[in-house]
Amino acid sequence: MKFSMRVGIAGYGAYVPIYRIKAAEVARIWGSGEEEPVKEKSVPSLDEDSLTMAYEAAREALEMAGVERSEVGAVLVGSESPPYAVKPSATVIAEALGLTPKVVAIDMEFACKAGTTAMILVAGLVASGAIKHGLAIGTDNAQARPGDELEYTAGAGAAAYLVSGDSSKLLAVIECAHSYVTDTPDFWRRESERYPRHAHRFTGAPAYFGHIVGAAKGLMEEAGLKPSDFDYVVFHQPNVKFPLRAAQMLGFKPEQVKPGLLCSEIGNTYAASSLIGLARVLDVAKPGQRVLVVSFGSGAGSDAISLVTTENAGGKKSSLERMLSRKVYVDYGLYAKMKGVLQVV
Amino acid sequence: MAKRVFVIGAGAAKVGEHWDRSLRDLAVEALLAAIKDAGIDKRDVEALYVGNMMSGELQGQEHLGALVATWAGMVGVAAFKVEAACASGGAALHQAYLAAASGLYDCVAVVGVEKMTDALPSDVTSALLTAEDQEYVVFTGATFVGLNALVYRMYLTKYGVKQEDVARFAVHCHKMAVNNPYAQFRREATLEDVMSSPLIADPIRLLECAPVGDGAAALVLCNEDFLRRNSHDVLVEVAGSAVATDVLSVHERKDPLAMAGSRKAAEAAMKRAGIEAKDVDVLEVHDAFTILGILTLEALGYAPPGKGWQLVAEGELEPGGKIPTNTMGGLKARGHPVGGTGIYQVFDIVRQLRGEAGPSQVEGAEIGLAQNLGGVAGTVVIHVLRRVR
Amino acid sequence: MVWAESVPRVWRERAKKYRLLGGKCPSCGSLVYPHRQVCPHCGREGLQPIELPRRGRVISYTVIRHPPSDFAGKEPYVVAIVELEGGARVLAQLTDVRPEEVKEGMEVEAVFRRYREQSPNGIIEYGIKFRPA
Repeated sequence: MKFSMRVGIAGYGAYVPIYRIKAAEVARIWGSGEEEPVKEKSVPSLDEDSLTMAYEAAREALEMAGVERSEVGAVLVGSESPPYAVKPSATVIAEALGLTPKVVAIDMEFACKAGTTAMILVAGLVASGAIKHGLAIGTDNAQARPGDELEYTAGAGAAAYLVSGDSSKLLAVIECAHSYVTDTPDFWRRESERYPRHAHRFTGAPAYFGHIVGAAKGLMEEAGLKPSDFDYVVFHQPNVKFPLRAAQMLGFKPEQVKPGLLCSEIGNTYAASSLIGLARVLDVAKPGQRVLVVSFGSGAGSDAISLVTTENAGGKKSSLERMLSRKVYVDYGLYAKMKGVLQVV
Repeated sequence: MAKRVFVIGAGAAKVGEHWDRSLRDLAVEALLAAIKDAGIDKRDVEALYVGNMMSGELQGQEHLGALVATWAGMVGVAAFKVEAACASGGAALHQAYLAAASGLYDCVAVVGVEKMTDALPSDVTSALLTAEDQEYVVFTGATFVGLNALVYRMYLTKYGVKQEDVARFAVHCHKMAVNNPYAQFRREATLEDVMSSPLIADPIRLLECAPVGDGAAALVLCNEDFLRRNSHDVLVEVAGSAVATDVLSVHERKDPLAMAGSRKAAEAAMKRAGIEAKDVDVLEVHDAFTILGILTLEALGYAPPGKGWQLVAEGELEPGGKIPTNTMGGLKARGHPVGGTGIYQVFDIVRQLRGEAGPSQVEGAEIGLAQNLGGVAGTVVIHVLRRVR
Repeated sequence: MVWAESVPRVWRERAKKYRLLGGKCPSCGSLVYPHRQVCPHCGREGLQPIELPRRGRVISYTVIRHPPSDFAGKEPYVVAIVELEGGARVLAQLTDVRPEEVKEGMEVEAVFRRYREQSPNGIIEYGIKFRPA
């Protein structure tokens, strides 16, 4: 997919809660004995949720872009862990950012792909001339059944992108996008259940790898690009191994993947996963570099987005580095209290 | 010209956890005791003011004027509830005073009552917080103890005072309550007891806080016209009665330690009574928390700012000291059934002025001053009482 | 408690709570939070709405260990008087900090957090807290 107008990212923000729990601490309680898929993961405080994290990331994106609030015409929030089953987070975020009432707002859901899809949709709105700028947000406070293997990685975080058609403000241009989607039920949750279920090894080849490779290959074919044309590639990061293997399968080198690979430190932040990785890359990228982002959402699908940094790149940084370095470890008891596993009321 | 107003009757229930007595039971008990003490017929009472803060929240009961009038057998009397948070009792007394001073009524009664023990502790905490700004203070999860703790910390930091020196105020109050049959706690507490009691909201500890309890206290007042028609052995006059407000929320005041309301109301009441602070023989301060007791002593001029705690340490608050204070135990030990407190304070002073204070008697006590606070001193009510014979 | 489950009340205050909307008095220059028509200090009307600065310092603080019913399960938490750049004072919770780490004079910055829920299945009330800057 190509956009009919030059559209890209004028500002971005990322948010990771201050608390962490080590995989070894989870293992201490549940004793799986297997190799830990990440070193540690982020844990939201009692007073945080996917909405508050999305707000912080969006606020940073807006500030970085320096655009007029009245010209932000959309807020699209991708999450599978909204605080309400029915009531959008987008309206609260839009209100708190001072963007209401004239704004297209919606909550969207497609597992860990919802944030990148939001970016594609906002780019479409901008490129069509319908709006001047829009916010695309991916945010999650991932839930996992206590003791399940996913508990080692289910983290929390948010990333937001101010997508704009204002050429002078762009830090990176969206060159091309390619979505690859099939009905593949690798991970799901029925309404009455508290925690999601997954199909174990089926989540690998037919799900994660099948769609990531499908989207990445599809984009490169469409755009006439090859792996060596990219300076960075950011994959959805459910653990450390999968993105590195996907890179290998596609012909990317580890050095291209590593700058945007953060899951060992923060876990799998679901809808924010690839977008936080992208924020890290944009923080270090120089002008004229090409970045490939490939998300993966269970159910299943991948969005591949190719971006090229402009001459404005490198001038601004997000607060991600500070958030990655500022961490406070909690033990399993405090973690359980924060995740709402210990019911008080 | 305002008429002179006198206290001719006083009565109270012991403060405590009265599982077997309801709000109306307590109010009626105190009221009828005061009327009996006055030696008048209840039909002589023309108006009745009921001081109470939380009957709506905790009992689901408003319309206390008609309720108490009915249950006390005084139907027909002009009656209504008066509310000013923890100063409800004092405010109701102010109304009673105004009524008699105006001459519209010649004999009036006031009862302050609160029933707190029917509710869960967290619900009592929430109900007490209706005295604060619901949207911008209660919303933050602050409690009353917490708000006072903010002031306490500022005081300790500003003046370099040790917490023990402020906490000692609680020790004094417990000592004073030993001989008060109406007090909730009649056991002495040591400084060690206070400082090792659990933290409620840092730095405030449990034994620095007035307790939760049930109680009711009542007074009968009359003016000179009533006395002309009914000979009466009167000893106590309400010489001054004043109310002042301050910025509701302590964090919004330019100087949270200033106690501006106390200064303003005290000035007005003392001026009315024709006295100065040094003329006060017996003082009742609203020590919902020890820090309020200390700050009040300073606000009323008994010590310079930052030095109020020295009065406690030097024994000046005892019956033989420079400014006998809370001689019946104060809020800390006598108790603080919120809407009743303002009346209990005056009840305690009346007993001193009548020479009925027993071992805590201040020799020759002639002038008493009671300070009743609403919220964190958002409302201040000051009464000055004088022995006339 | 009735007010605790009122939806219109929350809706009405949202701009002030979400965006730290204060007021500047054109007469005495006081900066107050929240915005309102009449200045509490000089009594004059016509305060101008202003989104207050998001940084400040701690003037005083306490640790709540026995919360009211709607904050049950969240203790212990810190409530502080924060003086924002410009002089407006707000009362707010501090977050992302252990009670022992809080100091008077500490520099803090505003963050958007959940304060409470109106009953387990009621609406969520969001607002501004502060964390170490």
